Amino acid sequence: MSTKAAQPQREQWGSRLGFLMAAIGSAIGLGNIWRFPAVTYEHGGGAFLIPYLAALLTAGIPLLILEYTIGRKYRSSPPGALRKLAKPAEAIGWWQVAICFVVATYYAAILAWAVRYTGFSFDQAWGDDPEGFLNNDFLKLNETPGEVSTFVPGVAWPLVAVWVLTLVVLAFGVRRGIERANIVFIPLLVGFFLVLVVRALTLDGATEGLNALFTPDWGALSEGSVWVAAYGQIFFSLSVGFGIMITYASYLHRKSDLSGSAMVAAFANSSFEILAGVAVFATLGFMAQAAGVGVADVTSSGVGLAFVAFPQIISEMPMGALFGVLFFVSLVIAGLTSLISIVQVIVAAVQDRTGLARVPAVLGVGGAVALVSLLLFANDSGLYFLDTADHFINQYGIALAGLVLLITVSWGLRKLPALQRNADATSSVGLGRWWRICLGVITPVVLTWMMVDSLRHELDENYGGYSTDFLLWAGWGVAGGALLVGVVLALVFRRKPAADHPEPADRPDPVDPPERSS
Amino acid sequence: MSASAIVMMIVAMLVVWGGLLLAVLNLRNHPDAEEPDADEVPHQL
Repeated sequence: MSTKAAQPQREQWGSRLGFLMAAIGSAIGLGNIWRFPAVTYEHGGGAFLIPYLAALLTAGIPLLILEYTIGRKYRSSPPGALRKLAKPAEAIGWWQVAICFVVATYYAAILAWAVRYTGFSFDQAWGDDPEGFLNNDFLKLNETPGEVSTFVPGVAWPLVAVWVLTLVVLAFGVRRGIERANIVFIPLLVGFFLVLVVRALTLDGATEGLNALFTPDWGALSEGSVWVAAYGQIFFSLSVGFGIMITYASYLHRKSDLSGSAMVAAFANSSFEILAGVAVFATLGFMAQAAGVGVADVTSSGVGLAFVAFPQIISEMPMGALFGVLFFVSLVIAGLTSLISIVQVIVAAVQDRTGLARVPAVLGVGGAVALVSLLLFANDSGLYFLDTADHFINQYGIALAGLVLLITVSWGLRKLPALQRNADATSSVGLGRWWRICLGVITPVVLTWMMVDSLRHELDENYGGYSTDFLLWAGWGVAGGALLVGVVLALVFRRKPAADHPEPADRPDPVDPPERSS
Repeated sequence: MSASAIVMMIVAMLVVWGGLLLAVLNLRNHPDAEEPDADEVPHQL
């Protein structure tokens, strides 16, 4: 094509290690540290390993391979890549971009809290009431969810710092920014966590915590909810469903090993989860013993675990300040590498569809996300917005978009065989019929089940005890808004070919083997 | 710790960390085919 020479060449990872570190950095996030341990404990302990591994092998790894293949084959961020699969599918891509926008705004806020708590760890600023300190002194939480009456500078300035760092990394590009940052951050994170694990295991009561985490409750395996929880954990933990892996894989070399890389990334993510589970439950065991209660009484997850339970433990343990700094810095690193990948989806989508250069795209798009993040989460209702948006965008954004993508690709467009051939052409582990069954049947069925289950809960009782009015705009409104934005942007760009790839969608990929005559 | 908890902890670690080790070894044994880059020669894992 005559225009090809004028097209800027797509950025590429400098090495396979660089791509893997970035993919692992994206997958390992806050969920590994503060969600996995509690989910495991609550769903059968050691027995949870069985549904967890089943979910990893039948949903996690197959989904990763699918996203890697779509990204590598079409060499574009989700809107462009899915448009090349089928024009209307571009809406799913923009929907994923909108989801990334929402997630990035609140994810950065949690990192800002962790930055502040790293500092608070030195003198245990929370005193003897970590919960009161978090809600009243630090977040200045309003009594009415959704009511905004004050700006919270204590959250705002670390939030600005988190955004500046994220955008600087992104501005340096895929190879010099994202890849280099992950090659430094991921080994650092693992090193910090190993120190935390050693410290946690040497605390009194640590074995009681591990006992609670790993004692198997085999009866749990007969409960459907346990299996759904395992698939949910794998799905949300691996960063699949919202376009990150499509975007990262679009910078791969044409001949990269896809299935082998997916297995490394998926097992690395799970390996870190096991490490985090040991660290968290050994620490909770210490807390339970110190308080003279059972581990069940001190188990928590999410914000409550990181910003209430852990501060309390830090105050009680010898050398607590060091433990606190390591824990919160680890949270920051784990979250930062994920945040970078989430914002990259938005930046890449805008670049691919408009032809904008990297730095203006990072400053313009990233700046807009940062501004929204500051406005919504550095105020006295920030925690309520965060809690609600997180719940609804996870269930009716990430999981639903993942389900729609799977059904579209496997049943609507029937593209799985073609994508399988493309992956197999360069991969060390061949994909058999099992891959198509996992993606075409098992994962959609489980995701649908998750969706129905979740909807039933929404109808039974208001999420988090919030008012219906608040949930309508801060929860349903946000999730529905992301879908609406996706459809509108797809309509806006309907007649505009991708800036990065003006060639027709059906141009054969040099990697694709020739079609078999049968 | 109870015996069943110890067994499940060891099984979890062996399966997941062992799986990572096998996946890494598999990838090391299959270096990507060379695709010369426009400006730099790619490194291998």
